[in-house]
Amino acid sequence: MRILVPVKRVVDYNVKVRVKADQTGIDLANVKMSMNPFDEIAVEEALRLREKGVATEVVVVSIGIQQCTETLRTALAMGADRGILVKTDVGTESLMVAKILAKICADEQPGMVILGKQAIDDDANQTGQMLAALLGWSQGTFASKIVVDGAMVVVTREVDGGLETINLKLPAIISADLRLNEPRYASLPNIMKAKSKKIDEKTPADYCVSDATRLQTIKVTEPPKRLAGVKVKTVEELVEKLKEAGAIA
Amino acid sequence: MSYQAPIKEQQFVLETIACINDFAVFPAFENATPDVVDAILSEAGKFSAGVFAPLNKVGDRHGATWSDGVVTLPEGFQAAYKQYVDNGWGSLGADTVHGGQGLPFVLATAVQEQMTSANMAFSLCSMLTLGAIEALQVHASDEQKKLYLTKLVTGEWTGTMNLTEPQAGSDVGALRTKAEAQADGTYRINGSKIYITWGEHDCAENIIHLVLARLPDAPPGTKGISLFIVPKFIVNSDSTIGARNDVRCVSIEHKLGIHASPTCTMSFGDNHACIGYLVGAEGAGMRAMFTMMNHARINVGLQGVAIAERAMQGAVLYAKDRVQSAKFGGPGREAVRIIEHVDVRRMLMILRSTTEAIRALTYLNAACVDRAHAETDPDKQKAAHGLADLLTPVTKAYATDMGVEMSALAIQVFGGMGYVEETGAAQHYRDARIAPIYEGTNGIQALDLIGRKLPMDGGVHWRNLFSDVRSFTNSLPKSGDLGLLKPYLEDALEALNTATVWMVGNDGPDANDSAAGASLYLRMFGITMGGWLLAKQAVAAQDKLAAAEGDQSFLKAKIITARFFCEQILPQAVAMLGPVTRGDSLMMALSDEQFLVA
Repeated sequence: MRILVPVKRVVDYNVKVRVKADQTGIDLANVKMSMNPFDEIAVEEALRLREKGVATEVVVVSIGIQQCTETLRTALAMGADRGILVKTDVGTESLMVAKILAKICADEQPGMVILGKQAIDDDANQTGQMLAALLGWSQGTFASKIVVDGAMVVVTREVDGGLETINLKLPAIISADLRLNEPRYASLPNIMKAKSKKIDEKTPADYCVSDATRLQTIKVTEPPKRLAGVKVKTVEELVEKLKEAGAIA
Repeated sequence: MSYQAPIKEQQFVLETIACINDFAVFPAFENATPDVVDAILSEAGKFSAGVFAPLNKVGDRHGATWSDGVVTLPEGFQAAYKQYVDNGWGSLGADTVHGGQGLPFVLATAVQEQMTSANMAFSLCSMLTLGAIEALQVHASDEQKKLYLTKLVTGEWTGTMNLTEPQAGSDVGALRTKAEAQADGTYRINGSKIYITWGEHDCAENIIHLVLARLPDAPPGTKGISLFIVPKFIVNSDSTIGARNDVRCVSIEHKLGIHASPTCTMSFGDNHACIGYLVGAEGAGMRAMFTMMNHARINVGLQGVAIAERAMQGAVLYAKDRVQSAKFGGPGREAVRIIEHVDVRRMLMILRSTTEAIRALTYLNAACVDRAHAETDPDKQKAAHGLADLLTPVTKAYATDMGVEMSALAIQVFGGMGYVEETGAAQHYRDARIAPIYEGTNGIQALDLIGRKLPMDGGVHWRNLFSDVRSFTNSLPKSGDLGLLKPYLEDALEALNTATVWMVGNDGPDANDSAAGASLYLRMFGITMGGWLLAKQAVAAQDKLAAAEGDQSFLKAKIITARFFCEQILPQAVAMLGPVTRGDSLMMALSDEQFLVA
């Protein structure tokens, strides 16, 4: 079985992001970029399935600017077999990404698509679900455990009330949650090998998908600053204040 | 306090000082393309911060323990070492024929810096193994290479260097460990060694000791020393592990720092059955050791860089967080973060600029080693070799002295909290303190510099180096930020040149005058190199800024740190000229008895 893992290039999780002066977005100039951490978990899971003999090939896809190649190389250095770069300078809205991925699925015929449940830049949490709808495949979102059993996959999902275990028919879309695994560090021999692994370069037009943006960003602002608090002298006063604020009845 | 690898800075120094982008043209380093270099720095940085750094404090608190010949590392070390082996980091610089990646030493140096910043005690294990690999690559027979190198390169086995004995410290020639030839071609080793770093531990399945010993009929001194492989477990001819050899760790030291690095007393041949295998020719041990030591001395210098970096990171984070006192001279009476106080800034600027200076010096030294190895033009090769040799004692001594001074200064930034172990600042200081001592004390380095390295090849190497610095200085513009560097560099170089001429002019009865000034002279040399290399980086930064390339804020900071170093630190080199050239008279003036007053 082939596993497809889409990976997104995002601002590194350690970076404290700043809003651009003109409020049109986040300032990305000279900011460290990395693979979306949830996607790293997805790559790791695919590699583990390959190591168990469940999968035979792990293909990673990234959609975005040329530098997404670096993100693909990171995944290849972890151990993925080959990469596909779909180059666009416009933007990466969930629906466009899902449409391109659907076309790639038609070409590559993966048994499973494992992807991060969301990207830490826009936190959209949509692509996996949209992709499942476009393909008509089953979906197991927020996975914390994946067990493939013949033509089925058992996915343990992290839901609000606890854990939900579902059986899905393959092929399926699975989105990775934080506790699915702990991604490996790339080994030196694999970093060296990654250099010679193949990355196909495509464009959205190759998949007959328009990369025109559908969403319009009106304004990006910093979250409001926290205001100074007040000190209260007694519990009674505290209760009073909380009532005033409408926090308690 | 967490560690983050200073990748942008490392890349910049590799590019502008080590000129690593030129390396891929050498057939020996064809894999060292910029994208590979970046990927390695970033992944090794993640590994150091994620795997080695979390064990630094526990390693210090609990340390290695000894019981009945068995040395146990604190919990987590075994697993982390296995991960290091699995990820192949030890194989970076080794020859490809033995399973290495054949990448430049200077890149291995940058990676080793990260591992050392993360956990100096732990990084010593791989450092010693790398030294053993280097010695065996050059001096061992093909059969020995086949038997030992592959597993040392992967890190499955670790290596040690066994030189020191109680009566043979700096004077290696005084060692007494004996080796007797046997009918089967092996040797019986008998004796004991002290201060053997990672001489025994539970992280690897075998330990390959490289032991200096003397044959029964050997001449006295260093000429009578031979080098032997003494494996903890005998390695069978099919590479499988055989019987336990008669070598034991009889105790480990209780030390000021690097608690997780077991410093072992080793006993060879208690039951007269310690088997050793001769490396190279009889009596050629010292030469083989020098191969190992030249790398090792640069790597120890690197420890100064690594610990200064780590200490600085902690100090900066603390200074940004700690609120104390209003600003001197106002305005306002509100307490501010201490990073806003000028004197704290002064300390942080010294920390930052000095760390960058010694990093540049160390990487330049390592890059010269690479060029000496890879250059095909014999003249260029010789020049690279000479410069590498000349710089090695400066790197070792200046960088390790700065490691101690910078970690002490970092404690000062923390104030009282720095003296309390909790913050971790004190550990760096304790860890750093060994580096000026081992691998040839800094006093020995200074004597090596004036006695061996300056006169080497008729003094052509220091003359070439100084002339490079001079033409660089002449090429600086007269005005602007770069112009401000110029007079400081000119003065320092002038003073260093004068001191050097004085040093090499003292022979015969005056030699002690040179020896008296040697340590301070080495310091002067190091500071001047630091100023030159930071100025070179400032020029590179200015060029990039003009071309609107790279991270503007990082590049502007590079120019500021160069200016700070030139204005505030480089003048020290000028002031040292007097003390360096005063001779030994006052040092010898007191009688031995006069030193202690009853």
